[in-house]
Amino acid sequence: MTTTIPDLAPGATSHEKVNNFALKLANVNGTGSASANSLLMQAIFRMGIPVSGKNLFPSNIQGLPTWYEIRVNKSGYTARALDYDLMVAMNSQTYGEDIKEVAAGGYVLYDSSWPLDAHLLRDDVTFLGVPLAKMCLENFSSSRERVLMKNIAYAGALVALLDLDLEVIATLLTESYSRNEKLLASNQKALRLGYDYARENFDCPLEFHVAPMDETAHSILIDGNTASALGCLYAGATVAGWYPITPATALMDNFTALCAKYRREPVDSTVPGGPDSFKNNYLILQAEDEIAAIGMVLGASWSGARSFTSTSGPGISLMSELLGLAYYTEIPAVIFDVQRTGPSTGMPTRTQQADILLCAYASHGDTKHILLFPANPHECFDFAVTSFDIAERFQTPVFVLSDLDIGMNDWVVPELTWDDTFVPDRGRVLDDEDLAGIAEFFRYTNENAEYVTPRTVPGSAEKGAYFIRGSGHDKFGKYTEVPAEYQEVVDRLKKKHAASASALPAPIEVRREGAHVGIITLGSCDLAVREAIDDLAERGIVADYLRVRGFPFVASVREFVEDHEHCFVVEQNRDGQLRSLIALETEVDINRMHPVLHYGGFPLSASQVVDAVTAALEVHP
Amino acid sequence: MSSPTKPLIPLAVLPKNELGLTVRDYEGAMSTLCAGCGHDSVTAAITQMYFELSMPPHMIAKLSGIGCSSKTPTYFVRGAHGFNSAHGRMATIATGANAANRELSYIGISGDGDSLSIGIGHLSHLMRRNVNMVYVLENNGVYGLTKGQFSASADIGSRSKRGVPNVVAPIDPIMLGLSMGATFLARSFSGDKEQLIPLLKAAVAHKGMALIDVISPCVTFNDHEGSTKSYRFMREHEVKEIETDFVPWQQEISMPHHKDDAREIIMHDGSAVRFRSVPEGYDPRDRQKVEEYIRERHERGEIATGLLYVNEDSSDVHEMNNTPETALAKVPFTKLCPGSAALMKLQEDFR
Repeated sequence: MTTTIPDLAPGATSHEKVNNFALKLANVNGTGSASANSLLMQAIFRMGIPVSGKNLFPSNIQGLPTWYEIRVNKSGYTARALDYDLMVAMNSQTYGEDIKEVAAGGYVLYDSSWPLDAHLLRDDVTFLGVPLAKMCLENFSSSRERVLMKNIAYAGALVALLDLDLEVIATLLTESYSRNEKLLASNQKALRLGYDYARENFDCPLEFHVAPMDETAHSILIDGNTASALGCLYAGATVAGWYPITPATALMDNFTALCAKYRREPVDSTVPGGPDSFKNNYLILQAEDEIAAIGMVLGASWSGARSFTSTSGPGISLMSELLGLAYYTEIPAVIFDVQRTGPSTGMPTRTQQADILLCAYASHGDTKHILLFPANPHECFDFAVTSFDIAERFQTPVFVLSDLDIGMNDWVVPELTWDDTFVPDRGRVLDDEDLAGIAEFFRYTNENAEYVTPRTVPGSAEKGAYFIRGSGHDKFGKYTEVPAEYQEVVDRLKKKHAASASALPAPIEVRREGAHVGIITLGSCDLAVREAIDDLAERGIVADYLRVRGFPFVASVREFVEDHEHCFVVEQNRDGQLRSLIALETEVDINRMHPVLHYGGFPLSASQVVDAVTAALEVHP
Repeated sequence: MSSPTKPLIPLAVLPKNELGLTVRDYEGAMSTLCAGCGHDSVTAAITQMYFELSMPPHMIAKLSGIGCSSKTPTYFVRGAHGFNSAHGRMATIATGANAANRELSYIGISGDGDSLSIGIGHLSHLMRRNVNMVYVLENNGVYGLTKGQFSASADIGSRSKRGVPNVVAPIDPIMLGLSMGATFLARSFSGDKEQLIPLLKAAVAHKGMALIDVISPCVTFNDHEGSTKSYRFMREHEVKEIETDFVPWQQEISMPHHKDDAREIIMHDGSAVRFRSVPEGYDPRDRQKVEEYIRERHERGEIATGLLYVNEDSSDVHEMNNTPETALAKVPFTKLCPGSAALMKLQEDFR
C-alpha cells in the first residue's frame, strides 16, 4: 500500500484572496457550534476547494472557550494558518484575545445584541455586528433553540459574506436533519436570518471569498480515527481490546460502528430479523484499563486472530510491561497511539508528537519496536492495513503513531482505494499439515532471511505445542539462565528489528536542484513543512524534504542528513525525539541536525518552520 | 536451568482413556517447586482430571502469570499450548485468547499474589465478563518466590515465619466473586484430591468463568504454627459439608435424577454436578444464602469447601457478544474484508 499525495501547485503564497483565506470561530464549548462550523467547512469542500478545519478545543464538556479554524487554499496549503482574515467572535470571555488575533485589514463578526466594549475596538479591523441573540430570541420559542440557532445564524451570515453556495448548504442541512423535520426547519430558518441580515447590512461578498473549483472531486473529507478504523476493518481485524481515552476513543467507536454494519453474518434463524438471525464476526472488548487492553490483544494474536488496540500516551505508559512481553515472546500486535500533549495527563485535547521515543523503546530491558508515522487520514487507512501485515510478518508489536490533529480533525485527502486481489500476509505460521512434515518443532529455530522463526497457534497439533514464556528462554523456547543461550535469542531479535526497515513505508523524499538545506519531518508536520519549503524558496532558500514514515530507519535517512550542510528536523515535541532517534539508531552525528520544535499543543504552521529555519541560517549561514 | 524431564520408569500397564492415552500423557516437566508444596498436589489433580475427561492435549490452553503457582502449567499436559505471561496479567491474555478461539479448553493457574494483589482488577473483570475458562487460584497466603511476605489473602493475626502477625484484612476470592457476578465459585484444599478432581471437572464443564480457590500450603514459608494456610490448620478447620460429585454427560442416562433439584445441577454440556451432603436450606444457586453461609462458617473459624456457588443460566463473553460458534481466528479473510465496491460506496458519506 502506498499513498500518493499530489504535489502542491506553485504560487500558493500569492496574495490573491479568492479561495485563499483563513477564518477563526471563537465559541463556548457545549453550545452547539461544532455542527455550524463543520457545515461551513463541508460546504467549501463540496464546492471543490481545498480546505481544512482545525478544532482547538478544551478538555471539558461545557462552558470553556473553544475555537475552530477554517483555512481555504486553492493550492492545497491547508496546514494551520496564523493570519486570520475573519474572526467570528461568539465568546465574550475571549473577545480581547480573539479580536487581537485578526490580521490588519481583517474582519470581526460578533453578536451585536449587546454593544462591544470600546476598549476592544481596533482601527485596522472592520467590525460586522449581527444581532444573533436578538434575532433568535424573536424567532424561536424554546430556550434550547434560541442558543443553538445562533450558531446556524452566524453560519448564514458567513454564507453571504463568503459567497458560499446556498444550494450546497441547503443540501447539507437536508442530509444532516433528514430524520428530524422540525430541526431541519429551524436550521433553515436560522440560516436565512443570518444570510438575509448580512445581505441587507454588509457589502457581500467580502474581498476574500470562495469561488467554485474542481479540486476535490476525487477527494474525501475524513478524520484519521475513522480512516484508521476503516483500515482495521479492511485488514481483517477481528478482536480489539481498548480503554476509552481522548483522542483515540473515536477510533474504536468507528470500528464498532463499521463492524456492526459490515461484519454481521446472516445465519439460519427461526426468527427472521431477530437477534439470532446473524453472528458477529468480531469481538470488541472494552477493558478495565490499558494493561488489560494490550493483554487481550496479545492473547488474541497468540491465538491467530488479527487484533489491535487504540490508545494515547498514558495508555502506552500502562501497556509497557506487556509490550516487552510481546517483543520478547514474538507475538504480533497492532497499537494505534493517537498522540496528545504530555507528560502525565498533560493537555488531552491538544496535539503533539511526543511518544516517539516511548513507543520506539517501550518496556524495560533491551526492547525495540516498529513504528509507522502516518501524515494524514489517507495514510492512516493504508498504514492500518500495512501494520497488521508487518506485525504478523515480523511477529512483533507495530505502533501506528498518529496524533490528535490527524485523528480528530477532518482532512481533505485523496479517496481511499482497495485492491480486491489483496491477500493479507499472515507471516510464518505452521498448520497441522506443515507440522506433519517436520520432525520436531521448536519455537525459535529455523529463522528466515528476516530472522523470523515460524510459530504455531493454540489448537494446532500436539507437535506444535510449546510454552510461551517472558522469562529467559533459549531458541528451543525452553527456560534458560545460560548467558550464551539467552544472548542468541535477543541478538536475533535485534537483527529481526533491523531487517524490518525495508518492509516499512519508505520515506517520502523531494530533492531540489541546488539545495543546501535539508528538512526532515514526520507525521502531521507534513503540510506545514511542504508549504514552508515553498515559502523558503521564494526567499531564495532552496530546501530538500524528507518525511520518515517508519522506524527502524532505512539507509536513506542517514544519507539525507549527511548530504546537507544544514539539516533541520521539524517535529512536535520539546526534546527533539525524532532527531535523537535518528542519531541513536543511524549513528549520524546529532549536531548535524538542527531541531525545529513546536510543542504548545496546537497544530504546526508553515510560518513557524520558516521563522525557525531562517533564524538558524542567519546565525549559521 | 531448564526444567528436568521426568524419567520414564516402565510401570505396570497403565489404564487408558477414550483417546487411548495414559495419565503419563497428561503430565509435564518435573516440578522445581519445594518438596511437599501444595501446588504439586494441585498439578497432580489437574493431570488426573484431564486424563479422566479424555481431553485432547492440543485442545487445552494453559496460562499463568508470575509466582510459584504460575510455574506449574509447565508441570502438566506437555502437549497443551502454554502461556506463562506477566505478573497479574494472565486473565487479560486468557480473555483475548478465548475471544479469538472459543474452541479450546482454557485453564489459568494463578496464586494469591498474582490474583488478589497485582491482578485483582483483571480477576474481577474476568468474572464480570464470564470468560469461559477454569481459573485455579493456588492460595497459600504468602509470597514464596520473594521469600515470605504476606499476601492479600493472609488472615489477620496469621504469623509469618519470623513471628510477625498480619494486621491487614484478608481478601476472600469467593466473597469477591459473589460480588463481581462470578458464575462458578468453589473452594478446596490441595491435600484433598478426592474433592478437587470432581470440582475441576465441573469447572471445565461450566460455561463461563469457574474459579476454584485451592488452599495450597507453602511448606517453606507458611506451614508453621500461627499460619492459617498450613496443612495442620486446614486439616483441623476445613468443613466439607458441601460435597459434590461430577457426572459426565455420557453416564447421564444410567443415573437416576435426584428429587431435590437444588442438589443436582445440569451443566451446559449435559453433565451434572450432584451434591452429596448439603446443609439444610443451602442452595448453591442462591447468592445471598451462599454469602451468609460462608460468613457464618468464617465467624466460627471454619473454612467451607466444595462447590459453593454456581449459576448455569448466565451468558459467557461470546454469547453476550453474539459471536459465531467457531473460532473468530478461523473466519476467512474474504468474509472479513468488505472489498473495493463497499469502500467506494461508504466513502459517499465523506463527500
